[in-house]
Amino acid sequence: MTTLSQERAPVLEALNRYKSMRVVPFDVPGHKRGKGNRELTDFLGEKCLTVDVNSMKPLDNLCHPVSVIKDAEALAAEAFGAKHAFFMVNGTTSAVQSMVMCACKRGEKIIMPRNVHRSAINALILSGAVPVYVNPGVNHELGISLGMALADVEQAILENPDAKAVLVNNPTYYGVCSNLKAITELAHKHKMLVLVDEAHGTHFYFGDGLPASAMSVGADMAAVSMHKSGGSLTQSSLLLVNGLDEGYVRQIINLTQTTSGSYLLISSLDISRRNLALRGRAIFEKVAQMAEYARTEINQIGGYYAYSRELINGDSVYDFDRTKLSVLTLDIGLAGIEVYDLLRDEYDIQIEFGDIGNILAYISIGDRILDLERLVSALSEIKRRYAKDRAGMLSQEYIRPQVVLGPQEAFYAESESTPLQESLGRICGEFVMCYPPGIPILAPGEKVTDRVLEYIQYAKEKGCFLTGTQDSLVNRIQTVKE
Amino acid sequence: MELWFTEKHTENVNFSIKVDRQVYSGQSEFQRIDIFDSLEFGRFLTLDGYMMLTEKDEFIYHEMIVHVPMSVLPNVKKVLVIGGGDGGAVRELVRYPEIEQIDLVEIDQQVIEACKKYLRQTAGKLDDPRVTIHYADGLKFVRSKKDEYDLIIVDSTDPFGPGEGLFTKEFYGNCYKALTDTGAMVNQHESPFYPVDAVAMQRAHKRIIDSFPISRVYQAHIPTYPSGHWLFGFASKKYHPVEDFNAAGWKVRGMKTKYYNDKIHVGAFALPNYVKELLEEME
Repeated sequence: MTTLSQERAPVLEALNRYKSMRVVPFDVPGHKRGKGNRELTDFLGEKCLTVDVNSMKPLDNLCHPVSVIKDAEALAAEAFGAKHAFFMVNGTTSAVQSMVMCACKRGEKIIMPRNVHRSAINALILSGAVPVYVNPGVNHELGISLGMALADVEQAILENPDAKAVLVNNPTYYGVCSNLKAITELAHKHKMLVLVDEAHGTHFYFGDGLPASAMSVGADMAAVSMHKSGGSLTQSSLLLVNGLDEGYVRQIINLTQTTSGSYLLISSLDISRRNLALRGRAIFEKVAQMAEYARTEINQIGGYYAYSRELINGDSVYDFDRTKLSVLTLDIGLAGIEVYDLLRDEYDIQIEFGDIGNILAYISIGDRILDLERLVSALSEIKRRYAKDRAGMLSQEYIRPQVVLGPQEAFYAESESTPLQESLGRICGEFVMCYPPGIPILAPGEKVTDRVLEYIQYAKEKGCFLTGTQDSLVNRIQTVKE
Repeated sequence: MELWFTEKHTENVNFSIKVDRQVYSGQSEFQRIDIFDSLEFGRFLTLDGYMMLTEKDEFIYHEMIVHVPMSVLPNVKKVLVIGGGDGGAVRELVRYPEIEQIDLVEIDQQVIEACKKYLRQTAGKLDDPRVTIHYADGLKFVRSKKDEYDLIIVDSTDPFGPGEGLFTKEFYGNCYKALTDTGAMVNQHESPFYPVDAVAMQRAHKRIIDSFPISRVYQAHIPTYPSGHWLFGFASKKYHPVEDFNAAGWKVRGMKTKYYNDKIHVGAFALPNYVKELLEEME
């Protein structure tokens, strides 16, 4: 066996070897290297279909890797500075769920900020773990939730010494980081695990001047969306582990992950890891420069505020990811979601998301300055043509949840469909959220309050895409029967 | 020996010119630049393999993109040319003594340098004291301008590659903002004939009418462009390109031209029915 180095891509190499053997397939998938589905092959390309293959000895098996996937995972672990890396093909959602289910059994407590992605609260429904929410800091000017203040985490730990783990966003969707190193040390002192949602933090492992990554500060597990800043295919992700038993984590992953792991996704992880390990530093320096350039230009237009590291306050904004391009739009009298819609409908520009007060444009490895000029010019035009008075704009505020029941208990409780207006004071049995960003406005087990209803109404008026409820129009919500 | 330059006008149509010799070849940050000598069309410039101009027929394009607006707008002092690194549009503009300032914004310095050296026929007037060359992205340059230019000439490449930002709604909107109250913008408007070009032409038209109160299209015959049938856009805040055409003023100037004249000016705005229909679909 030749030695492994970051120049290698074991899964890619195995697939190329396999292709050259010209094996006759009498196994699944039934399209048989594309020959059985001409239309699909014409659309996706023959190269793609010839490697959409089944697990087999020369290609290893994702559920129980012993050869090339094992090697590829070892290289990923080395590249990310983890003890072990798991290739995930059910999205970072499944990586977050696996982390929570590894750390907590039914009824056990987990400390987390309320502005987590829905996947974290989903994990609580699956596992029966109980959340202890830490209110994140709030920036009132921007109307965004920040990271967790260290003192707030400490208070939660002291009040809940039986909690098993602390979950941290690193960073938030907007690019805000908590003091992950101090939180990790504190949690470890109290024998709690530290789980990190790094859905938006892949590049932290390969950049200079970027916030600290989970593995670098000794956190126990991290869910890393390789398909976001890492450049792999949608739905492929990594679960990084420091210290936990590899076999146990694999068992937990296999509870919910497919047994037919896609080699398109697996090879995209392998190839992207190699690219990041060899060229990541240069790539993310360029991305940071592009984001910085766009910020400067957008701030020159006036009326918009593209924010960055000046938000750092040593605590709830311990660090800020300068590759993110988040922009406050309220001062031109438009909600972020309105600017988001105008960019797409009027200017053929699709950005990541718009919320009540902000937009986020995702800058990556694949961008060109020419395209950034289009974005900046379109924002300038939107201001010239659509700007209004700011009066009447609701700023997005963090709404402190009133948790009455655990998420699992509430989700599985007998519930009834209730018109939104009549749900005031009732306990919600499902999620209500804008997607993106997918941070719940209401989670199962939380009380419906005036402020929540006002917020939902406003988000609807402005054109946010609301999801999570059984009623697709979100006119009714499931509430727990009293 | 036979050496031919070939450009695909569509997947199924080739356009070829017999080449005598290659004069220049370079790869810039943005595109591949080639200059050839031919027996039929004289010297010609291509970018990424697409024909930009030949010495033989460039007069048609440059006269039509400059003299049409100059015979409509009454008092042009400050002109912005976006693209046009070959210098052909500038050459026609400097013939007007009332023009005080010409800003030429070309993204690719290497195009200008190659043209200055090998295409004196078009680039010969780039050294005129009224001309300032800015090496910048046109979209970025115009973004910060407000109420500044009497005329903007968009002499761009096709809407793919480095020129694509110059076919966008945000660009046309920024140009509107950069023009004075009586200003107008003239642009290279692609061809109506082959479907791929026609779609680009329609999209450009849609975006211009969204930005300007007056928007008209005119045509010319350019042998070395796909189908030979080419369009220009005239988008204006105040002056109508035909109703406000100052034919007498043009004649008084006594300017010698090879293509443009007062009858062509009016006639160029008369479009074939199929072109009118393509445009009306967007209106």
